[in-house]
Amino acid sequence: MAKSALDQNHSLDRTLPKAPTGIQGLDEITQGGLPRGRPTLVCGSAGCGKTLLSMEFLVRGATEYGEPGVFMAFEESTEELAQNVRSLGFDLNRLVRQKKLFLDFVRVERSEIEETGEYDLEGLFIRLNAAIESIGAKRVVLDIIEALFSGLQNEGILRAELRRLFRWLKDKGVTAIITGERGDGTLTRRGLEEYVSDCVILLDHRVTDQVSTRRMRIVKYRGTTHGTNEYPFLIDEDGFSVLPITSLGLQHEVSTERISTGVPRLDAMLGGKGFYRGSTVLISGTAGTGKTSLAAQFVDAACSRGERCLYFAFEESPGQLIRNMRSIGLNLGKCVKNGLLHIHSSRATFYGLEMHLAQIHKLVQEVKPDIVVIDPIGSLVGAGTMRDANAMMIRLIDFLKLKGITAMLTNLASSGNALERTDVAISSIVDSWILLRDIELDGERNRAMYVLKSRGMTHSNQLREFLLTDRGIDLLDVYVGPEGVLTGSSRVSLEARERSAALASQQEAERKERERQRKREALEAKIVAMRKDFEVEDAESALIATQELARKQKVDADRRDMAISRQADEDNGFARPRRRQNSR
Amino acid sequence: MKKNPSSQKKAPLSLDEIGRKASEADAEKWDLRLYVAGQTPRSVAAFANLKRLCEEHLSGRYTIEVIDLVKHPQLAAGDQILAIPTLVRKLPQPIRKIVGDLRDTDRALVGLQLRPGKG
Repeated sequence: MAKSALDQNHSLDRTLPKAPTGIQGLDEITQGGLPRGRPTLVCGSAGCGKTLLSMEFLVRGATEYGEPGVFMAFEESTEELAQNVRSLGFDLNRLVRQKKLFLDFVRVERSEIEETGEYDLEGLFIRLNAAIESIGAKRVVLDIIEALFSGLQNEGILRAELRRLFRWLKDKGVTAIITGERGDGTLTRRGLEEYVSDCVILLDHRVTDQVSTRRMRIVKYRGTTHGTNEYPFLIDEDGFSVLPITSLGLQHEVSTERISTGVPRLDAMLGGKGFYRGSTVLISGTAGTGKTSLAAQFVDAACSRGERCLYFAFEESPGQLIRNMRSIGLNLGKCVKNGLLHIHSSRATFYGLEMHLAQIHKLVQEVKPDIVVIDPIGSLVGAGTMRDANAMMIRLIDFLKLKGITAMLTNLASSGNALERTDVAISSIVDSWILLRDIELDGERNRAMYVLKSRGMTHSNQLREFLLTDRGIDLLDVYVGPEGVLTGSSRVSLEARERSAALASQQEAERKERERQRKREALEAKIVAMRKDFEVEDAESALIATQELARKQKVDADRRDMAISRQADEDNGFARPRRRQNSR
Repeated sequence: MKKNPSSQKKAPLSLDEIGRKASEADAEKWDLRLYVAGQTPRSVAAFANLKRLCEEHLSGRYTIEVIDLVKHPQLAAGDQILAIPTLVRKLPQPIRKIVGDLRDTDRALVGLQLRPGKG
């Protein structure tokens, strides 16, 4: 993407041809390089990298763009120069032998020189011209040309001659860098910016909170647009690199592939499949909650899938990490041995943030990992200010996303702060955030985990107890009950209590059941007895009824017998009306 | 090499000392090189001034070599020549350089250490 923007600019800026510097990042912020055929002023205080910048400009020009260069030093001898830049991997002597580079040391010794009458700097012109001609140079560097001012007294002549020199360089059509020391309140001590006005680059070396950061700004670039911000840059064994933040965008490709976290139950919490490939995962938690272990488990799983991993450990050495992870049953040593895992350990405070970022960049380019772990990111704050660390993390995450690398970052949440907060305030740019916390209860501390966010997938809202066993990480359901969330032994004891309570209630139920049974039996026995009583009564009353009937029949029979026996008695007043009555 | 000029600067030399220096210088051979760039009026003037100065003070014991950098640009680096014209005193040691057209005879003599410095 950056490249296409560059090409576009090339076509737009046809009027202003540019000479690419070959310096990582600088060509992006200058949108193509330095103005071709014109002088550029590079200024800055002592030790900010002016000489290295200009030397790299020449070396890259000579080796990558086929433009030989002349380096004219006014402060360092050629031997010193060659020695100084050898540490950056530039072999000047070889380039000189190949006639791609010409080094010249112009020594100006005040004590040897007496001035009398008129003079000019034709000698310098001739030397420079001879040097340019000898190798057909297209690029020229005049390093600390202001040294002339300390060697020659007549400032009037010098100024006029410098003006002529820069004009002459333009006429020669060489792309030149002139370096100058930063002055008090001015860009250069002798006001060189007055003469070199096409492009001015300011280098700065600032120490904030005891950490030094180099920064670069393009003060002016006539006739073209350019990045105007201050850009951090660094100098390492590969030379100069500028890190433009804005050159990265949000246009990375996204993957729908899912990769396992290495913990099956965590996968289950993340929609059953784990993280998206190329996403950024943040694991945050307080000290000792198992961030590193979780990261190691992830790495172990990736390695067993045959993916390449790059692990930046800012707090542990590789040996220590491997040993510690063995205690939870992870054999990272094997992954290192078969070349899938690279552990890079360095103290965060060892060098500045930019250096870390560049280190990470470089290793990522070298190792070409599928997964990058940074453990922990918070310690990087120690290597710079909060703002810088934040900017750096954003750049880093963008960079990894652009490469489609899954990044796992761990963050130590300081105990005083809210858990849902990271030191470097990157929580908003991560895709998945897993929070590890400890739950302190009944005199013990237990780990718990939950998924705070995970973009683009359904994820569990459950808190899980997080166990580090000797076979890796295990997740358990936490006990959620009337007494709140319980973990660890209180969970175990509560479970035991619950079990005994359950047993008791079961026994109670059984007892009640037996009681009921007994009652029913009693009731039924009673019913039987009552029925028996009733039957007895029933039988008795039936007997009585039968006897009564028998008695009545007997009485009737008796009466009839009697009536029969006493016919005369038919007129009996007593008997007659009854009879009539009966007959009616 | 700094001994000489610094001792001179510390205190003005007495007449005796000047005399001694002069006689020391008498014994020495003077080897001078004048760097010019083409036949410019300034270089012509410089050469004329140098010639006159040497005839006056070093008659018979000096050699002047004129190097034209336009013809021999590679020679500029050897004596660290920047300004034109530059007169280099190769002998007697130490090496001294005088830039300019030598119009100011007094300063030229001081520069060549034929006369004590400004004190």
